[in-house]
Amino acid sequence: MKTYKRAAAPFLLWAAMFIIISLVMVLYYSFTNEAGQLTLANFQRFFTGSTLGTLWRSLKVAFLTTVICLILGYPLAYIISNMKVNFRTTAIMLVVIPMWMNFLLRTYGWVTILSKNGILNSLLRPLGIAPLDLLYTEGAVTLGMVYNFLPFMILPIYTVLEKMDHGLLEAAADLGANKWNTFLKVILPLSLPGIASGVSMVFIPAISTFEITALLGGNKTNLIGNVIEQQFTVTGDWNYGSAMSMILMIFLVISLLFSRNEDTDNEQPTPTHVMTEERRREVIDV
Amino acid sequence: MSKFWQRLYMGLIFGFLYAPIAVLIVFSFNEGKTRGSWDGFSLTWYQQLWQDSEILSAVTNTFLVAIITTIAATIIGTLGAIGIEQYRSKQKTLILGLNQIPVINPDIVMAVGLMVLYRSLDLDFGYLTLILGHIAFTVPYVVLSVLPKLKQMPRSLPEAAMDLGATPMQTLWQVIIPYIRPGIISGALMAFTLSIDDFVISFFTTGNGVETISTMVFSMARRGINPKINALSAIIFVTMLVLMLIMNIRTERAKR
Repeated sequence: MKTYKRAAAPFLLWAAMFIIISLVMVLYYSFTNEAGQLTLANFQRFFTGSTLGTLWRSLKVAFLTTVICLILGYPLAYIISNMKVNFRTTAIMLVVIPMWMNFLLRTYGWVTILSKNGILNSLLRPLGIAPLDLLYTEGAVTLGMVYNFLPFMILPIYTVLEKMDHGLLEAAADLGANKWNTFLKVILPLSLPGIASGVSMVFIPAISTFEITALLGGNKTNLIGNVIEQQFTVTGDWNYGSAMSMILMIFLVISLLFSRNEDTDNEQPTPTHVMTEERRREVIDV
Repeated sequence: MSKFWQRLYMGLIFGFLYAPIAVLIVFSFNEGKTRGSWDGFSLTWYQQLWQDSEILSAVTNTFLVAIITTIAATIIGTLGAIGIEQYRSKQKTLILGLNQIPVINPDIVMAVGLMVLYRSLDLDFGYLTLILGHIAFTVPYVVLSVLPKLKQMPRSLPEAAMDLGATPMQTLWQVIIPYIRPGIISGALMAFTLSIDDFVISFFTTGNGVETISTMVFSMARRGINPKINALSAIIFVTMLVLMLIMNIRTERAKR
C-alpha cells in the first residue's frame, strides 16, 4: 500500500505551488515596496488612511447581510424540514436550482428590476412615489448579497434540522415544554452547528465580494474587495493590494479557529465539510 | 405558525430567489431595449446573439477551460487522495489542512496569490494562466469528495488483490478506482460546475482578450443595457435545468 504514497506527488506539487508559495509571495509583497525593500509602509498606510473606514463599512455590510440571511433563512429551513419527505426534496431542489445559473447573470437581473426605468419603478409609478433611486445604493448592494448568499444559509441549517431526532421533540412535549420552549431549549441549540457553518459561508464571501458591489453599487459604494481589485487592475500598486489581502485573510484565520475544536476524526462536521457537502448538493444529489 | 402562513412565507422567499431569473427570461423576448417596459414579443436578441462573435467566443472559452480543468483537477485530486490516505495521521492532517485553505479562503485572496505567482514566473496572462488558476481552485473539492469513498474501502481489498499477484498499477485500475468511482464522478462534476460558475479567479488570471462568460457579463453589465445578455441567460438557465434534471432522474433510477 505504501507504494501509493507516490500518487500524491502531483497533488503535493500543486499544494506547494498554488497554496504555500503563492500565499508566501503575497505575504512578501505586503511587507515590501515596489523596489523590493522591506517595509511596513503598506500596513501603516492602511491603518492611517481612509481605507480603514472602507473595511469598517465592509464589515457592517457583511454583518448585516449575514443577519438578514439568518433571519430569512432559518424559518425557511425549519418549515422545509417539517414537510413530508417528497415535498422536502422538491423544496430543497427549488432552493438549489437558481444556483445552477451563473451568479453574475442573476445579479444582472436585479439591475433590470432596480434601475431607474426598471420594473420596480414602473410598478411604483401609478402610486406616485416613483422614480426612486434604488440602484447604485448600499441597500442595493446588501440586497444583492442577501440574494446571492441566502441558499448558503438555508442549506446547512436544513441539513442539521433534517437529521435531528424527532423523538427529542416528543420527549420535550411529554415533559411539559410548550412549543416555544421546545424551540428555544431543544431545536435551536441542536441547530447551532448548522447556523455556525451558514454564518461563515455567508460572511466570508460577503466581506470580500467586489463584483456584486460593482454591478449594484456602481462607483458609489466601495467595499474592501473593490479597493483590493483596483490596486491590482487599475492602480498597479500590488504591494498595497497584497497587504489588504493579508488583512482579509485574518477573517479566514478566525473562522478556522472556530472550526478547530470540532476536528477531523470527530463526527461533528466542520464548516469546510459542510461547505463541500453543500457544493456537492448544488451539483448532484438533491 | 399555521399552514397558510408557512406556505405564504415559502412563496415569498421563492419569489425572491426566482424574480431576477424570471425577469431575465421574460425580457429576453422583449422587442425594445428599455428595461422597464414591454414593447412586444420578438426573437431578435436571440438572432443577434448568434452573430455576436465576442459572446460566442466567451461561451467556447468557458466550456474549453471547464473541460480541461475538470480532466486535470480530477486526475490530480484523485491520485492525491489515494496518496494522502497512505500518510501517517499527523502528516495527513497537515496536508488536509493545506487542502482546505482554498475552500475557505476568500476567492479574491486566492486570485491575488495566483496573480503574484504568475508575475514572478513571468507568465503571460491568457489561456494558460486562466486554466492553471481554475485547476488550482478546483483540486481541493475533488480531494474532499474522493477521500470519504477511500475511507469506506476495506484495507484488505487492495491487499488481497496484491496477494493474488496483481501489480500496484493493476490494483489501482481494477480494484481501487472502480471502488471509489462515485466519489471521482461527483468530484469531477463539482470541478466542472465550479469552473463554469467562477468569476473572481477568471477575472484576475485572464488577459490578452481571453474572456469567459462571467468576465464578459461583468464588463458588459458595467457598460449598460445589453438585452443579448438576457437571451444568453435564458439559454444557459434552460440548458442547465434540463441537464441537471436528466442527471437527477438518472441517479434516482440508479438508487432504485
